[in-house]
Amino acid sequence: MAECHPVGFQWVMEARLRGVKVFHIDPRFSRTSAAVDRYLPIRAGSDIVLLGALINYVLSNELYFREYVLAYTNAATLVSERFRDTEDLDGLFSGFDPGTRRYDTGSWAYEGDEDARTDEMREGSGVHAEAAGSDSYGARGAGASARPPTDPTLRHPRCVFQILKRHFARYTPEMVQELCGISPEEFAELAEAITANSGRERTTAWVYSVGWTQHSVGVQYIRAASILQLLLGNIGRPGGGILALRGHASIQGSTDIPTLFNLLPGYIAMPHAHRHDDLADYLRREGGDTGYWGNRRAYLVSLLKAWWGDAATEDNDFCFDYLPRLTGDHGHYTTVMGQIDGTVKGYFVVGENPAVGSSNGKAQRLGLANLDWLVVRDLTVVETASFWKDAPELETGELRTQDIATEVFFLPAASHVEKEGTFTNTQRLLQWREKALEPPGECRSDLWFYYHLGKLIRQRLGDDEVDRPAKELTWDYPEHGEIREPSAEAVLREINGTGPDGRALSSYQELRPDGSTTCGCWIYCGVYADEVNQAARRRPGSAQSWVAPEWGWAWPANRRTLYNRASADPEGRPWSERKAYVWWDAEKGEWTGHDVPDFDKHKAPGYEPPEGARAEGALAGTDPFIMQSDGKGWLYVPSGLADGPLPTHYEPHESPVLNTLYGRQANPARRLYDRPENPYNPPGSAQFPYVFTTSRVTEHHTAGGMSRTLPYLSELQPAPFCEVSPRLAAEVGLVNGGWATIVTSRAAAEMRVLVTDRVRPLRVQGQLIEQVVIPYHWGYGGGGVVTGDVANDLLAIVLDPNVYIQESKAGTCAVLPGRRPRGRALLDLIEEYRHG
Amino acid sequence: MVGNGRQDKQFGTGRMACSHAQDDTGTLTFGLLDEEGVAYVEIERGRRYAFFTDSSICIGCKACEVACKEWNGVPDDGFVFRATSYDNTGHLGSDTWRHVAFIEQDGRWLMSSDVCKHCTHAACLDVCPTGALFRTEFDTVVVQPDICNGCGYCVPACPFGVIERRESDGRAWKCTMCYDRLRGGMEPACAKACPTDSIQFGPLDELRERAQARLDRLHADGVEEARLYGESPDDGVGGTGAFFLLLDDPEVYGLPPDPVVTTRDLPQMWRWAGGAALTLVGAAMASFLRRR
Repeated sequence: MAECHPVGFQWVMEARLRGVKVFHIDPRFSRTSAAVDRYLPIRAGSDIVLLGALINYVLSNELYFREYVLAYTNAATLVSERFRDTEDLDGLFSGFDPGTRRYDTGSWAYEGDEDARTDEMREGSGVHAEAAGSDSYGARGAGASARPPTDPTLRHPRCVFQILKRHFARYTPEMVQELCGISPEEFAELAEAITANSGRERTTAWVYSVGWTQHSVGVQYIRAASILQLLLGNIGRPGGGILALRGHASIQGSTDIPTLFNLLPGYIAMPHAHRHDDLADYLRREGGDTGYWGNRRAYLVSLLKAWWGDAATEDNDFCFDYLPRLTGDHGHYTTVMGQIDGTVKGYFVVGENPAVGSSNGKAQRLGLANLDWLVVRDLTVVETASFWKDAPELETGELRTQDIATEVFFLPAASHVEKEGTFTNTQRLLQWREKALEPPGECRSDLWFYYHLGKLIRQRLGDDEVDRPAKELTWDYPEHGEIREPSAEAVLREINGTGPDGRALSSYQELRPDGSTTCGCWIYCGVYADEVNQAARRRPGSAQSWVAPEWGWAWPANRRTLYNRASADPEGRPWSERKAYVWWDAEKGEWTGHDVPDFDKHKAPGYEPPEGARAEGALAGTDPFIMQSDGKGWLYVPSGLADGPLPTHYEPHESPVLNTLYGRQANPARRLYDRPENPYNPPGSAQFPYVFTTSRVTEHHTAGGMSRTLPYLSELQPAPFCEVSPRLAAEVGLVNGGWATIVTSRAAAEMRVLVTDRVRPLRVQGQLIEQVVIPYHWGYGGGGVVTGDVANDLLAIVLDPNVYIQESKAGTCAVLPGRRPRGRALLDLIEEYRHG
Repeated sequence: MVGNGRQDKQFGTGRMACSHAQDDTGTLTFGLLDEEGVAYVEIERGRRYAFFTDSSICIGCKACEVACKEWNGVPDDGFVFRATSYDNTGHLGSDTWRHVAFIEQDGRWLMSSDVCKHCTHAACLDVCPTGALFRTEFDTVVVQPDICNGCGYCVPACPFGVIERRESDGRAWKCTMCYDRLRGGMEPACAKACPTDSIQFGPLDELRERAQARLDRLHADGVEEARLYGESPDDGVGGTGAFFLLLDDPEVYGLPPDPVVTTRDLPQMWRWAGGAALTLVGAAMASFLRRR
């Protein structure tokens, strides 16, 4: 966090000054490790073993927050008789089809739910998994009854609590030592610290970043942390939570108003071409009717009204048919394979540099070279735009400039200080940013680009029926200045939405399913309440309460902590004075407190839903997790995930060690691209004996487009390098300050050597495992002040099956002293290692 | 009073890079607020201002190095991979006015941002023949580039090896403690950019008190190795206007353990030289007289 989020890390430093104990668990001893109380090195790719052992420790020592767990989680819920755990099937859950490598999740349901579920809730058909449906199902809490059968004594063998106990029983401190390389003493210190700092009086927070997500079991890492935090009562309470540090400014915003292929704004699932005939059909099939997703018609119809205005009517399904449809996986890596295969002809790359930043850079560049046209919008000519003249494949003869037919359009972009708009941070906080100066030359904001592109396209449309969705779009923002910049505030107001009177709405609870309201993103409704740009508020923290509700605006409804109903006990009283946050005021008959309550304001703690109630009305006064169909925090996930209802340790796809926990080496449902462009290192390969993990350093920005061109940053870290232990340096013959060549089945990359005691070999399964740490910021050109080989060229494309993130934090490699060969000899070296 | 207590909007988070106060726990996170809760920096002429760099909370982000260069237009210092931990700028010099040292030890990684010490007794200033180096109204030591003739006397005079002539123009360059910013009522760029307040700017007397409180707190917490460097007016340079809290011996960070103003012995040397000259003159005259 100090390494990649130094500005945010100031708050951790302040917490430490106040006596908070901070652990850092990472394969790499970074600047963060230097600034905390305790650093625990861990083998890359083994975190579920550690988290599972912490869960086991909490369960077997009865250290969980019993009242919280009983009232607010699904611990007591009974699961279907048909469910079989990895305990029963040696690393598989019930429903796995080895042919398609996918799960039919029907047997994972709560008891009584098995047959009530629609096809979409089951992965077996493949259609749903193809379209990364889990991404939206997880958010919607699809497919569980509001009132499933329970056993409040937690003794029933099929209740979630007992399943959890059995599932995690094999995750012991000994396993942590054997697979993670963390000693029982270190484990005990961590376990005692987090349990001593959880409960009524205290809370513990977990902070993670892409070191947890970029794995073939990435989603299950986060699930494991969720289970631990729910058991300890650390969700929905001040000082608790699981905090995701995003990899780039406003990445949170770009999932809320998504650049993801499978989502519409506000985590609404994108309709599918072969499953959703009309609006009613879509709404019926996509998710349950209880909890806040029960109002999804209001959210979707308001969105359609925002986009198509008067053209959207009850009679034409509010233009539901105008929405694009999915036909399968349209994710990044499948798109790249489509480019190589010639099925994808054009490509927009905006503010990204996949030729350097994505896994298997060679596959990325081969894809780029096979396009008809490519548009790159960036601050500088990044490698993705210059590949045709400087890609490393030109030197090896795999590509020739004269053979590349891709027409490349490079369009210069305005930087963040040259445009206005909002950033949404990981806390869901929208902060308005003023324009400090005009963009130079032909640089333009993204808003300008898409708005004027849209106008040009609309001018060229004829009367074809197929053009109506574009022609009827509301596309009329006020423009200002010489360059006719569209008003970003007008866009924000459209996102906020308006009521029947045309005035800005103040909360998503005002959205209606009948077309009388508009809203561009239901969770952002209220950001323009009272016709005021709430995101632009800057009242200093010292001039308001400690929750600081008047700094910016947080979705939803300016709530700073989600699910904060859980900060009070079932009767609505704070769990403790020290941790009071929101509570029930019986006299006034409403929820109140320091934050905006994340609950129906007047729903009493004693409220019991009547038979047949729907949406929020179907949840009791003690159900804080209002987005879930049963209102509970899910220790066990009955539907929505592609690879299991519980986290299970699988080795990374490329690993030097065997999975001793189960008969399954790697995640059985992981997504593979077994193609010539993407060869894999075999597990346990003697050719590739070392673990490597990619990383960032403070001085550079992701794929370098915003830092390698700047002398003041480039001089601070001028060359690609790898960090190795003195032991590995001696074994391989590396010299500090010299050169090393890292080899995988995909590539060989040369880099400078930093020999350091900060990298320690870990004793795993009786052998010493060496880990190589490789920052990935450098590239071959792109107008950089400094250049170097692309670290991500080393990585294979293998994905988490839920959200299609690549496994870039754990791979295997060979390490050679000296620089790599050039030209054909480079390919020969890789071949030699691949087949040697 | 300079700059009329100019408001500094970026302080609006309620967090002050410029800390002028502390609470009873020694927490270093408070600043001046006006009635509307907006922080500002108040810098008065005639008062001595200083840096206190608390290396115990430095996270090595190098924001100070970059902010310094951005504000002062300092050129890059070359693109050299030095393989000395994460330090690729090496040392202070004409093109690096803030320098973060990285020291890898067994189990810990020390980081500290070095800078010109703005000594009480500044030898660079003593030896400057043109008056390019001068002491400002904030009691800091600044080179005026339009007066510097590049003689270089200041370079060996500095006991810390801070000041250096720039290859390209021959003149001497070093940290000005952002003299222009101070005159505009703003704290120096490095202190402003420091995310953890490892670099604190303020009146020297206040910073010395704050540093002592921080040291006491660390000692109470069992961090016995913590010590202050440069804060004592009794040291060889009369105390520095940029002092440090270190977690190891100064040499470990590349700092001289007992710096002495190199002009300390000058008066005595002049006396000896004068005496010698007088003796010579006397001898010459004597011989002249004798010849007569």
